This record gives sequence, C-alpha cells and structure tokens, in this order.
Amino acid sequence: MATATDVIARPASASGLWSWITTVDHKRIGILYGVTAFMFFLLAGVEAGVIRMQLAVPDNTLVSPDVFNQMFTMHATAMIFMAIMPMGAAFFNYIIPLAIGARDVAFPRLNAFSYWTFLFGALLIHTSFVVQQVPDAGWFSYANLTEKPFSTGLGIDFWALGLQVLGVASLAAAFNFVVTIINMRAPGMSLMRMPLFVWMTLITSILLVLAFPVITVGLIELTFDRLFGTNFFNTAGGGDPILWQHLFWVFGHPEVYILILPAMGIVSEVLPTFSKKPLFGYPVVVFSGIVIGIMGWMVWSHHMFTVGLGPVANSVFTITTMLIAVPTGVKIFNWIGTMWGGSIDFKTPMLFALGFIALFIVGGLSGVSHAVSPSDAQQQDTYYIVAHIHYVLFGGSIMGIFSGIYYWFPKMTGRLMNEGLGKLNFWLMFVGMNITFFPMHFLGLNGMPRRIYTYTSDYGWDWLNLLASAGYFVLFAGVAVFLINFIKSVKNGQVSGHDPWDAPGLEWTIASPPPVYNFAKVPQVVGLDHYWLVKRRAEAEGNPITGPEAYVDPETIHMPNTSYWPIVTAFGALVLAAGFLVEFPWPYIKFPIPFIGGIIAFIGVLGWSLEPAAPEAHHGSEAHH
Amino acid sequence: MAYASGQLPTSDVDHTYTSTGLNHRKLLMWVFLSSDCMFFGALIATYMVYRGQSLIGPYPIDIIDVPITTISTFVLLCSSFAMVQALAATNRNDQKGIQIWLLATAFMGLIFIGFQAYEFNLFLGEGLRIDTNLFGTTFFTLTGFHGAHVTLGIVWLLILFVMGRKGRLGPASALDVELAGLYWHFVDIVWIVIFTLLYLIGGFDAGPTAGLLIEPSLLAFPT
Repeated sequence: MATATDVIARPASASGLWSWITTVDHKRIGILYGVTAFMFFLLAGVEAGVIRMQLAVPDNTLVSPDVFNQMFTMHATAMIFMAIMPMGAAFFNYIIPLAIGARDVAFPRLNAFSYWTFLFGALLIHTSFVVQQVPDAGWFSYANLTEKPFSTGLGIDFWALGLQVLGVASLAAAFNFVVTIINMRAPGMSLMRMPLFVWMTLITSILLVLAFPVITVGLIELTFDRLFGTNFFNTAGGGDPILWQHLFWVFGHPEVYILILPAMGIVSEVLPTFSKKPLFGYPVVVFSGIVIGIMGWMVWSHHMFTVGLGPVANSVFTITTMLIAVPTGVKIFNWIGTMWGGSIDFKTPMLFALGFIALFIVGGLSGVSHAVSPSDAQQQDTYYIVAHIHYVLFGGSIMGIFSGIYYWFPKMTGRLMNEGLGKLNFWLMFVGMNITFFPMHFLGLNGMPRRIYTYTSDYGWDWLNLLASAGYFVLFAGVAVFLINFIKSVKNGQVSGHDPWDAPGLEWTIASPPPVYNFAKVPQVVGLDHYWLVKRRAEAEGNPITGPEAYVDPETIHMPNTSYWPIVTAFGALVLAAGFLVEFPWPYIKFPIPFIGGIIAFIGVLGWSLEPAAPEAHHGSEAHH
Repeated sequence: MAYASGQLPTSDVDHTYTSTGLNHRKLLMWVFLSSDCMFFGALIATYMVYRGQSLIGPYPIDIIDVPITTISTFVLLCSSFAMVQALAATNRNDQKGIQIWLLATAFMGLIFIGFQAYEFNLFLGEGLRIDTNLFGTTFFTLTGFHGAHVTLGIVWLLILFVMGRKGRLGPASALDVELAGLYWHFVDIVWIVIFTLLYLIGGFDAGPTAGLLIEPSLLAFPT
C-alpha cells in the first residue's frame, strides 16, 4: 500500500533503554523474555543447590528447616512459572512470526504488556525474600496448609498474588499467539504446512487459554480465604481442602504439557534439519500433539491417587493416564523414524535434541509406572516422583530449550555458538543430570520422602544422596560453560550467514539477525518444509539461492508504533495485586491500594485504546479504531 | 507455484489479508471468551460442589428471593436485545439509534447492578456475609465476579456511547460495537446459568445436604 503514511518514520529511536521499554517488536520482546527467564533459571538453580547441599550428608543443618521449605517452594515455582514457561514464550515471540511469514504478532502492544506483566509478577513473588516472608508450602501449595492459621505471615499471599499476575501475563501471550498463528500465516501456509514448532505453540497456547482461568479461580479462593475469612478450604466451615487439589491439578496437568510441548516442537524442527530428512510422519506427529492437548484434560486426578477418591476414579484416571502415553510414544517413534536412514550431523543442537529423546523416554517410563494407581501408592511423595519430574522437565523441557537456543542463536545474532564449548556444555549437562537425578529413583523406591529436611544415616540413603549432590556441580559446570559460550559467541562468534544449517523453515530465508520488518515481501509458501523445496528447485535449475532476502529501507515499511501504555497497564496490574499485601485498619475499605492499581490499569487501557494507532494498518499491526 | 528461478516466492496480498478472513480482534474476543468460560466454569463448579454443605445458616431458602431476581434477570436479558439494536444501528449508520441503544443497554445493565447491590445489602442485613458459611462464600464470590463483569461491560458501553456522541461510530467501526456486544451477550448467557443454578435450583436448599443436584458419593469427597 503505497500511501503517504508509509514513509513516516517511526517515532522512537531504535536504541537505548527507552526503546526497550516501549518496544513492541516481537524479536526484542522475545530477547527480553529469554534473558529474564534465564536469570530466574539461574536463581532457581542456586536454590536447587541449597537443597542438594542440605541433603548431601545425613543429619545436616546447613540451613534451617524453614529456609529449606522456602528453597524447594521457590525453586519449583521459579523453574516452572518464571524459567521454563517464559523461555518457551521467548521462542514463541522470536520465532513464530518468522516461521509463519509475518512481520509481527497480531497484537504487538498486548505482547509487550505480557512481558512486563511477567517481569512484575516474578519480581512480586521474589520481593518475599526482601521482606523475609518467603512462600514455603511447596509449588502446589496444598490447602489447608496454606490457610491463615497454618501459614501465618505473607509468604502464601506473595505466592498467590504473584502467580495471579504471572497468569495474566501467560493469558495475554496465549491469546496473542492463538490469533497470530490462526490468522497471520503467509499465503500458502495451510494448517498442515505449518512447521511442528508452530503447531506445538498453537496447542500450548490453547492449553494456556483454557487452563489458566482454573488456577486463577483457585488462587482467588485461596486469597479470599486468607484475606476475607471465606470458607473455601476452611474445614471448620465445611470447606474441603480436596477442592484445591482438583482446581490446582485441572490446571496443573495441562500445565505439564504447556511445559513440554514447546520442547517437543523445537526437537521436531531440529531433528529433520540435522538428519537432512523431512520429519517422519508429519501428520501423525501433529495429531498426536493435538491428542495430547485434549487428553491432558482427562488425567489430572493421577496426582491425587492417594487422596482416597475411590477405586472407580482411580481406575479411570489410571486408564486415561496410560492412554496419554500412546501419542507421546508415537512422537518418539516418529523422531527415531526421522533420523533413520538420514545423514545425521551431530552438531550441538542435534545433541541436545537426542538428549531430549533419551531422557524424556526415561521420564516417560517412570511416568507410566506411577500411572498405575496401586504402584503410585508406593511412589507418591517420594524421591521417585522428584526423579520423574526432573527427567521430564530437565531432561525434557530444558534439553529441548537448549537445543532451541543453539539452533536459533545464529538467526538471532548472525553468529554461531562455539561447537567445542557447545559439546562440552551438552555432555556436562547430560552426565550431570543423570548423576543428579538417576539416584533419586532408588532413593524414592527406598522410601525417601520428597521435601524431607534431613535424614539419619541408618536409612541407607547416604551415598546416593551424596552422589546426587555431586552431580549438581557437574550440572552447574554445564550451565557455566553455556554462559561462557553464549557471552563469547554473541561478541566474537563465527559469522553464520542467513542459513547455517540448511534448514527448511521460513525464518531461514531472511537475514540474520532479521531486519526489523522481518520479510520485505510477504512470502508465498510452496509447501511443508518450504525453504527446502525452494532451495532444491533452485539448485536443480542451476540457479542456487546463496543469500537471504535482500534488505530494503526499513523506512519504507510501516511497522507498529512503540508505546508506553503496555508497561503502564502492567504496572497497574502489579499494584492491583500487590496492594492486597497491605491491610489498612480502616472500617470499610481495608485494601485501598488495589483501587489505585485498578485506576492505573484503567488509565493504561484507556490510553492504549485511544492512542493514535498506525494510520495505515499492515501485516503485524493491530487493527485500530 | 510459479516463481522466478533462483528467487524466493513472494505473494502480493495487501494489509487486510488474514489467513481465515476473520478480523484479528474478533478472533481475540472469541479466544478470550473461551477463557472466561473456564473462569466461570471453575467458580460455578465450586458452588455446585459446596451446594447444601453449609454447616450453619442462613441457608438459601431463608433469604433467596427468586421473584425479585427474576425481574433483574429479565432486564439483563432485555439488554441483549438493545445491544443487538445498537449494532444494527451502527451498521446502518443511524447515529441517533447508536446512542439510544448503547445508552439503553448500559442503563439496563445498571438496573441489574442496582438490583444486585440491593440484594447484597439485604443479605448482609439478614446475617449472610462472605465468611458466614459456604453458601455465603460461594454466593458472593460467584455473583460478585459476575457483577464485576457486568460493571466492566457498562463502562465499555458508556465509552462507546461517548464515542457515538462524537459521531465516531459508524459502519466503518462496527467492529468496535460488535466486540462489546459479544462480551455483553456472553455475560448475559453466564447469568442464565448462574440464575438457574443459584436461584431456580439452589434457591430452595434448606440446610446441610438438602436438595443436592449431584449424589455426594459420586463426587467422592469426604463429607
């Protein structure tokens, strides 16, 4: 659309702190997400270190029992909600518009709002360390331990309100990505031509849209119980703590797939690229992803087998849980089929993808073993469960995410990460992870309960615990090598070119790092594995493609305006939630601060919707008034 | 697909192109409403699980006044009609109609909220507070969040009304009215469910375990 407005320069400068605060560019928001999430990954890793050091030897008193409780609570909460989920969001943000041939997400300002809300929510929970009232009831905070008489202080309030804010961030992002993926695919990219990572992002986002409101309600009920004396989980008033477990796990089990599906998507991109072979059985992998997304709603009570729901409920959930292993297994066979007969290139991303498959199989097998409810009665709340969750979340999600970092790093920076350090990073993490978590299977089956503060020597748990704690240092070294590699490569890495892996995705058709407008011309997608088809045809015609899409003057392409309303609205949401931590001794309005937050958020939304939007809409801008 | 040799295939769709032909914002509203369904679903499930479980009074039969709330329900449902008219007026660029119907919708919403405020006040006077028993807890939470949704809708409608006064609404911006309409109808439909469960069915519960819709042993909660 060659109108006069096309040549109006964007108002903000392209660099400096202010440009990051007001940015609505999905690539910058992706980087913000990734860097922030990695900070919390490191913090949660340090908390894990405190846990492992306390448990290294029997009768240890390195930290107090209270601190120990805080550590395992914050370790899990931070890893799940502030590290793995936002790392997934970082990839969604950076890669999805590139992978579907769009110039931005459907709602760029909503995207910025999502990041700032995430940051504020994470900071809110961690403020609990500053005021020394740290959440300490475990990451699923079972009622009625979380009720006021049993958890005095503000710890649980920090946890509930902080998660509430993080939930808003996740929902905002999920709304955005559902619309972006459904509505902003380049012409020719039908649903069954979407790359697997895009498919898994879509399913993950739909799960988020439907699962987060349930925990929102659970957290509201918990907060009301604590602040207003309601009876939701108050047994003296007839309330039933089991309701919390149902609400939590109706959210919590889809959440497990929210954590793993993005990693499955990444691996499904990496394996074909480095096997130089299309994904084996693409439609089957897609449909097993969809089936996982649907069946993920039918298995939540397997977290509650020992509650006493009765034999009928336990049998039903045993069967559904065993069934959901089928589509997961199908995917694993498809990944193996992808590599079968391929010419495999063992680059670092591929190593992490292979590590993902191997470790996820281990975690999947232990998962099936506690799908069987009688067997679970033995394993419930033991280190066997801890081993399982770390094999699927560390061996699965984190390995997949690291694979994705190494895979897409050249796209994001224009440089390759160092292969030698990358391989060292992989092997340290792979070996360290097995030394740390494999012994936990035996500890658990020997009866060591999870969340136990210490143990005496006569249980026979000594050397396995010491081994697990030693493994922590190997893991730690692996992450340290990654950090060194990352920092070195950002500055001095070998220049990668636009397509270092000869990859099939649309994101590799453009320059690295991508120009602000992503695609100068909207691509026409010719099929699944689009870029492979294009490159092979060009080679066959003796006219091979050697470079990325040519740069054009960014001024000629109108991009969404920067805006400061997202951060204002996010700040309002923060004040709204945090205000419930401060009770005033006033007769009617005990919590005045949330009103202030509400007003700030309202002003933000108002300014947002009345802001003179881009006069001429285009791909990637929000429709406007 | 024909494209020049050695070149990347490009398309020349313009800025209005979307994969489905749907507007982004309309799709966003539907996705949001699906999320809100789960929100109310969880709140309603909580009410149903705790129905008839209050250990002390007042019980619903003591204070629920079905006829009064039937009136406010009727008004709220009528407001959906006004909302439809507001969108129709927008589409045919009937400036006066836009303002009248938007204001009528918001006004009927206000009447509903007025009834709710009256009812809350009455219940508080009769000794049912949010912390009195499970009925009070679930009743005030569920209807309170619904009322908050209605209030938000009223604010939205009034903002649209102001835009209409300035003559900024018309066929070109019909989507602005349509989105508010989608939200408004959704909130109305949720109220139909709440009215049925809390008033028509649950409004006559007399005491602990009375008139359960679901056999307690099926829920398998230790009671």
